[in-house]
Order: sequence, then structure tokens, then C-alpha cells
Amino acid sequence: MRIPCPYCGPRDAHEFTCLGDATLTRPDPAAPDAASAFHDYVYRRDNPAGPHRELWYHGGGCRSWLEVTRDTRTHAITDARFAADRSSAAQGTEDRP
Amino acid sequence: MTAPTAQNTGPSRRLAKGGLIDRSQPLEFDFDGRPLSGVAGDTLASALLANGVTLVGRSFKYHRPRGILTAGSEEPNALVELRSGARREPNTRATMVELYDRLSATSQNRWPSLEHDALSINRLAAPLFGAGFYYKTFMWPAALWERLYEPLIRRAAGLGRAADHEDPDRYEKATAHCDLLVIGAGPAGLMAALTAARSGARVILADEDFRLGGRLLSDAPEVDGAPAPLWVDRVLGELASFPDVTVMPRTTVFGVYDGGTYGAVERVSDHRAEPLPWQPRQRLWRIVARRSLLAAGAIERPIVFGGNDRPGVMMAGAMRAYANRFAVAAAREAVAVFANNDSAWSAARDLSRLGVRVAAVIDVRERVDPALTAPLAAAGARLMLGSRVIATSGKRLSVVEVLTGGKRETLKVDGLAMSGGWSPTVNLTCHLGSRPVWNDALSAFLPGSLPPGMTVAGAANGRFGLAACLADGAASATAALADLGFAVPSAALPRADDDPAGLIPFWHVAESKGAAFVDHQNDVTAKDIAIAHREGFRAVEHLKRYTTLGMATDQGKTANLTGLAIMSALTGKDIPETGTTMFRPPYSPVAIGAFGGSHRGKAFRPTRLTPTHGWATEHGAVFVETGPWLRAQYFPRPGERDWLETVNREVTAVRTGVGLCDVSTLGKIDIQGPDAATLLERVYINGWSGLEVGKARYGVMLREDGMVMDDGTTARLGPTHFVMTTTTANAVKVFQHLEHALQVLWPELDARIASVSDQWAQIAVAGPKARETLARIVDAPFDLGNAAFPYMAAAELTVLGGLRARLFRLSFSGELAYEIAVPARQGDRLVRALMDAGAPFGITPYGTEALGVLRIEKGHAAGNELNGQTTAHDLGLGRMMSGKKDFIGRVMSNRPGLRDPDRPALVGLRPLPPGARLRAGSHLIPVGQPTDAANDQGYLTSVAHSPTLGHAIGLALLAGGPRRIGERLRAVDPLRNEEVEVEVCNPVFVDPQGEKLRV
Repeated sequence: MRIPCPYCGPRDAHEFTCLGDATLTRPDPAAPDAASAFHDYVYRRDNPAGPHRELWYHGGGCRSWLEVTRDTRTHAITDARFAADRSSAAQGTEDRP
Repeated sequence: MTAPTAQNTGPSRRLAKGGLIDRSQPLEFDFDGRPLSGVAGDTLASALLANGVTLVGRSFKYHRPRGILTAGSEEPNALVELRSGARREPNTRATMVELYDRLSATSQNRWPSLEHDALSINRLAAPLFGAGFYYKTFMWPAALWERLYEPLIRRAAGLGRAADHEDPDRYEKATAHCDLLVIGAGPAGLMAALTAARSGARVILADEDFRLGGRLLSDAPEVDGAPAPLWVDRVLGELASFPDVTVMPRTTVFGVYDGGTYGAVERVSDHRAEPLPWQPRQRLWRIVARRSLLAAGAIERPIVFGGNDRPGVMMAGAMRAYANRFAVAAAREAVAVFANNDSAWSAARDLSRLGVRVAAVIDVRERVDPALTAPLAAAGARLMLGSRVIATSGKRLSVVEVLTGGKRETLKVDGLAMSGGWSPTVNLTCHLGSRPVWNDALSAFLPGSLPPGMTVAGAANGRFGLAACLADGAASATAALADLGFAVPSAALPRADDDPAGLIPFWHVAESKGAAFVDHQNDVTAKDIAIAHREGFRAVEHLKRYTTLGMATDQGKTANLTGLAIMSALTGKDIPETGTTMFRPPYSPVAIGAFGGSHRGKAFRPTRLTPTHGWATEHGAVFVETGPWLRAQYFPRPGERDWLETVNREVTAVRTGVGLCDVSTLGKIDIQGPDAATLLERVYINGWSGLEVGKARYGVMLREDGMVMDDGTTARLGPTHFVMTTTTANAVKVFQHLEHALQVLWPELDARIASVSDQWAQIAVAGPKARETLARIVDAPFDLGNAAFPYMAAAELTVLGGLRARLFRLSFSGELAYEIAVPARQGDRLVRALMDAGAPFGITPYGTEALGVLRIEKGHAAGNELNGQTTAHDLGLGRMMSGKKDFIGRVMSNRPGLRDPDRPALVGLRPLPPGARLRAGSHLIPVGQPTDAANDQGYLTSVAHSPTLGHAIGLALLAGGPRRIGERLRAVDPLRNEEVEVEVCNPVFVDPQGEKLRV
């Protein structure tokens, strides 16, 4: 498998490690339902057949955490972007300089 | 016919002229010890045949005599052991072994000799050995399996023997990139490679053969009005002129992987007795191709009839290849041909033309094109249409029994060419999970949906004619390259004719007498398939497992389809309904050595050496592997009886004088930025914002599930600058964890991290005399006094007259202690300077063993306790948890189960009998209770002999933990059958008030 790292270009999957679902957001620890929200965040995962957004760490390259969109049936990768950009956008804060 | 000769050779069967061989280069070789000779250009199979060797091996289960069936990588029969000693290689296909001078090969699975095999008695018992035999017969008593049945079966039904010694050869791995990978160098592949080369693309052309051309070599057609090999040479010459074209003979593309990645193995030196000194034996390629073109051709399939495995029975295309390419007549007297299709008639015509007497052509069809039959009739062959072979006889084929016009007739021939048609080699198209699609018109499976970027051309795509292959190769390459944006110049196709390819489906002669083989290598017969059908194993995957059809080293290349067809006839379903088996990598066997490449022995993984390794070696250190590191374990001195005496001395030196130990292997992470302290607050359980510059603090970090992940100290070197240490084992994991926090969880934090583990040599100096030792190397005016530089102080300073250093007053041993860091390449200088400075105090180097004893005496948790199942509370660190902030793992660590006071928690243990020894891993059982799982209350994680206390000590995770101090328990070690009574105590055995480290 080859992953198009936005910093390094297309690289072999051996340079990366996968953490799994990238759609999870760390829950608000102060919320009243924090205990159950964290339980879901830590343990519950969907296992979709089809496009899946995943976190991959380019430990053998630029050390970026990437959000990769991979089809779990075919391993076809349709998108790879910096996880940092995604999170900033998702939380509505400004991009880092 | 003459009686079988005792010797497994006969007069030379080399044709007087022709062939793509070099008769001026004779090569000597031996088979089963008998000296034979071949010529350059031969395979081992063609050379054996040329010498009249038709009996090559014994079959897997029944020990039936077997010869050479094919001329390619699909060969199921002719497996031999190649070479000897450490280079002995079992199960090599004689059809793929390129002959070299002094080659030595041995037949397999026979005893005492190939000619007279004792276990061929299995043949007489064949009715007992049918499908499911093992499952049904060796069921009971179960105890006999390991002792009797399995060894017997393994001896009887074996393949070759692996070498007994380490492989002396080298293997390599390499990566290549290209625009177009062409797999197979037959007519379609060559045309495709040429088309791509002319358009300027980067091209790799790979073929498993040592000579490129595929069927152009074996079928001997004409291209552009001249013999095809001349055209092949011209194409290869032109390909060689392009700098971006790589032609790889002897290279099997064995697998298709995701993202346009292909696995290939290049047999760099297999055609030599030994590799040249600077060359590997084989090279494993990872080929990354933007597009690929599969032009792997087709494999001829056998017909299933009685005795279709007898030496002398061969595929028609193979017999044709041996005659055309290798100038070898596969039979001495005469051959018969048995087929259901036109291509076998072309083979018969070639054989006849080259002087091999074709006694008869037997075709199951009632009518065959007179253009095919006429030349053979003219050459004197009997044309037996609407007929079939029902049996053969002779140890080596001597008689063929034919059912023709309702009568049985016998033909005296010593060769029988069979052809059941051709199966496109679609294997690689299925490697990513798709299945081939049945084509009724061709009676063959064709490629289904293709791996991304792949197209299929030529016979592999069901286009069997030569002209069609050439056109398809050019057109497919043009389409692929146009897709990539290349301008492809148009060129005229070479002139060639399409061979007739008429066929009617025919698989199995129902009137067969004797065993009719479907899978030659695994000895699966038509009758076995009938048994599987009768007993309900009708689904393809069941059929395969019950009969072992297609499960041998050839993966059923010649067997799968016929097996499927016979099952289909039995069930009355058509072939696509019956199914097909999947093809998975590798296409043909790949040596484990090639996958290992250079990663063996010392090169299996790199060994990391500490900055003081050379110095430690000089001082006689014994080293131990800790992860990738080689660390000094202890420093024995002359006269010391054993390691324990050495370690006791080292521990005592630290407790009473001064010792030093290289701790450079700890992970070191530089953290900078305005939000650096915030990052620490979020990853550690304790507070950090209040830490003053010039101070260090012990920290514990959790995983998000609440379990302890790692611990270490972090020092604040400036308002926005920290340096963190991690345990040696978790250095990489913690770094990745911090990157995750910064990039994924909280990218808004303005902080950056860098690993500086390799940049700093760090040495612990510990013991009552540590300050006096250090005082002799730090540069003035730095004040080491307890007031100016107290416990947990940190500073940047210079030592040894201007050498940049970092000093931390940390203590793992519980003594007055420091860790001093200098740039890594100065580590050797530092350790020597410290040894000189400490000499008046008897400074003693200590290793990881003493380090372990010192930390167990102090009750510090380490790897054995930080095992991923312990919480901060379990380790007695719960009070460190800040209640004023959130941090990773906080919420989950408060789950009721993790706060259960009965959870196993850290305690100390000491044995009650004086002098008794403790064993790590022992389980804790209440006194007077039986030793069983119900009474298991915990286990010993770490044990040591404490020279300070003079007895054994241990750390344990005990249910209920510290509130059980004073209780007596039994520490039971069922592995060693030992047990000792222990008392639960405070885990801090030495200086529990922590006074010594603050002096």
C-alpha cells in the first residue's frame, strides 16, 4: 500500500503506523456524561466496509500525523491530509502559522 | 517393445540439428550420482530428457514413478533436490532449473532408489489411501498421533529434504519504480514493452525464464517471414538501446499488492553452482508501477485418463517445446497425441517435421479441420477421431490403450502428448481478491475485475493466436500509456499467423482403467473427487481441503480446472456455478531467504551502542540486550566467583561510596514553545505549570484508558523549554504519543518537540561520594552545594574546562545522585574523566543488574510493574494525580473497577526462612489454602538479592496491596515446584524516609 503524504509525497505503507478511526474527537472531560463519552471514545469503533477516515503516523518520514481516507474493501486511498489542519478546522480555531 | 532397461538412461534423444541451444558449450552434470551431459541453453529437464532419463521422481502419496510433465513453472512432477550440503534445495522444478556446469541433482521421495522404491507398495494399497484417508484412519487412539502416525506419514509422504546447515548465500531486497511493468516476455509482452519503450516511458519487462520469448521459442512460428527467435533478438536489441527500459530475465513477478506494488524475485545466481563473490543468490524486488500489463500466457491442462501420470506422458505443448527450443525428442520410438483441440495438432505437426515419429493422433472430436489432419496423415500418423485413451502401461510408458469406434486398441509408443486445452494464466489478476470469469466459448476462466492499473493482454486474456497476441500487446500498452499522458508513436505490427485454436470441452475419460490423476503432485485422482462428491464435500473449498486438490507446491496450476470440471459433471451444475478456487501470492514458491533478504544474524535489526560502549568493553563489561540497545550488565573483576558477587559489590559501592552508570538509553525529548508547560499538564498526571526554571520533577503519564503508560523526569531549562526523559523501552512510543497530542488532539497548542535521545550521553553518578566526585570536573564557579543545587535541581553548565553539559540531581538508587549529560560524542571523554575524578573514592562502574537491585531496594516501579495493566493507584502513585486539571487518562482512571481497593497493588515481600530465595513470577497464595486459581492473590513482579539488607527482597502486585502489610503468604512457583513463605512489607526497603538522597 502507498500513502500520499502531503509533506513527503507517495511513500510505502511500511513507513507508517495506523492508529485507526480519525473521526473520533476527544470528549469534553468536564461534561456531565464524560465517563460514558470517554468509554465510547476509547473502546467503541465502527468497522465500516468502504471509505474510512484513519489516522496514520509517518514515523519513518516527516513524523506527521495524517488523516487518510482509505476504502477498507480495496485499500484504495482517496485522500491524505495533515491531521493538525483537520482538527483546527473542525474546532473552528485558526490554523497554526 | 523391449523390456525396461535397468538403467534410467537411454541413447541420446538430442535431435541432430536445431534448437535454441549452444552445442559448442557442453555442460557436465549428474543426476542421482550418474554423470550426464547437456549443453548451454538446456534446462535440467531438457538435459535429462536428452539423456533418455524419463523417470525423475516418485509421487507424493503412492510413490508412483513420475517423469517430466511440462516445460515450465507449472511442473507438478519433476521436483528434485538441487545441489548438496548447505546449498541443498528441495523441490526445485527441473523444468525451471537452468543447466550449469557441474550441476548436481537428486531425485526425491524414494527409498532405497528411484528405480526400486520400497514404499511403492502404497500403490497396491491405493484403494485405502483415497480422499479423507488420514481423517478417517488415524483418528484414534489420539496418543498415537505424535508418536507413531505423524512420523510415519511424514516419512512416507514427503517431498525433498531441506538443507541441514545455514544458507551460506546472501539475499538482497530492492525497490524499483516504473511507468509500465510488463509481466511476461512472450509475443504480447515483448510487443507491449517495445511500444512503451518507443514512447519514452520507464519500462520494466520481467519474465521467469532465462531466455525471453515465451511461446515464440517453444512453438517456432514465423514472425515477419523469419523464424520468431530472430524477431525476439531484434526486439531485445532495440529495448537495450533505451536507458529507461529494464529487462529482467529469471524474474518471477509472484504477487500483486496494494497501490500498484508488485513482488518479484530475481534468481540472480541460481544458474551458477555458487554465486559470484559479490553477488546475491536471489534478489527480492518491490516494483512500484503506475500501470502494469499482464502477459503471462496460458498453461496447458492435462486430460484425466487411466495412467495419465506414467513417465512418457507429457503435455503436448511441452513436447513441442522440448523439440523446437531444446532439440530433444521426448520419445525414442514413437509418440501418440491425445487431445480435444487444435493446438495439439500443431504440436504433432512440429514433432513430425523434426523427425519424431507420430504414430497416432487421437482426438475426442469427430471432426477436425483437414488442414490440420492432412500433413500428419501424409507423414504416416493414424488419425483416430472420436476416440480416447483409457489406459497406459509400462513402468515407463510402452503401451497406450485407446477406445476407438467402440473397440479397444493398443498402440506401442513410448511417448504420449496430451492436451485438454489452455487455461489463461490469470493468477496475478486475482491477488487483490477478484475472481476470474468463466468463458464458455473458450472453455476457460478469463480475468475478472482487475487490480487497479493492470491490463491483461495476449493468451492470458484468452487471445491465443500469435497475431492476436502481438496486436493485443501493442494496443494494451498504447492504451495504458495514453492514460498516463504519453504520446505513443504508431508502428506497424509484425506479420504473423494465428494458429487454429478450435476446441470442445473435454476433461475426463469416463471409461478409464486404473488411477486417473487430476493433481499429479498431490496424487489426487478422479476417484478421489467422486469420493468427495459422495461424502458431501462438493463446494470447491471443501473439495480442495478434503482431497488436497491444488494444495501442493504447484498450487494446482495443471489441476484446479480439471478437478472443478469433474466435480461439475458429478453435481450436474455448470462450471461457473461450481465455483473456482482463489489464487493468492506467491505465483510460484519463493525462498524464505529472499523474503528475509539481508535481515539475518547481526543484520536482523541494528544494535544500538551507548556512547561509553568502547570504554565499558575495555573494563570487561558483560553486555545485555535491552530492546535495540546493548548495555553493560555488570563489570566482573578477576577473582569474582559469579555475577551475583559482582553485582553485590557494585550495589554496595553505590550505597557506601560512589558508582557510575551509563543511562544514555533513556528517551530524551526536547519540548519548546509558549505552550510547552500546557502540553506537560495534559500528558502527565501531576502538575507542571508551577515548576521553576532549574528544577526537575518526576512525572507519570497514562494512556487514555487510565493505565500507566510511562514515567520519567522532566526538567525545566527555561520558561518555554523543557527536556523530558522516558524509559528506554518506551522512548519511541512516548514520542509518538506527544506528537499525537500536539498534532491530533490539541493542534492549537504552540509547542514543538524533537527527539534528542541520540544527541546526549547521560551518566548517573550515585552514592555518598557523588558530589565530591562531580566537584572535581565541574567548571567554576558552579556551586554543587546542597543549598545551591538541591535534590531535583537542574542546570546547564560546563565541565572539564568548557565542555557544555546538563546536570540533574535525580536519584533512581535512593542515594545522593546526579545525572550528567554531555553531547553524545563527548560521552567517552566524560566517563573517563569521572573515573579519574572518583578514583580517590573508589568509584565503581555498575551495570543494569545493579541498577535493578538498587531500584528494587527503593521500591521503584519499572518495566515489570509498568506492564500496561497497572494504574497509578496500583503502583502507589495515586496521590500524584492532580485534581485541578484534566490530563490524558484522567476520566477513565476513575472507573470504579480501576479504583477498587481490592485490585492488585504494589507491595514489598521478604522471605521468612533466612537465606531463602524468591522467584519472579511466583504466585501468592494464602497460608493453609490449596494452590489453585481461586486462591491466587497476586504474583511477584521483581526479585533481587539485596546486599544492603543481606537477604532476598521482592516486589509484588497483591490483591488489596498496602493494607495487607504484615500478612504472611506463600509464594508458589509451580514451574520449579518451589514454595517459600513470605511477609508483606513496604516496597521501599532502604531508607524509606528518603533522607539519603537529600543530603
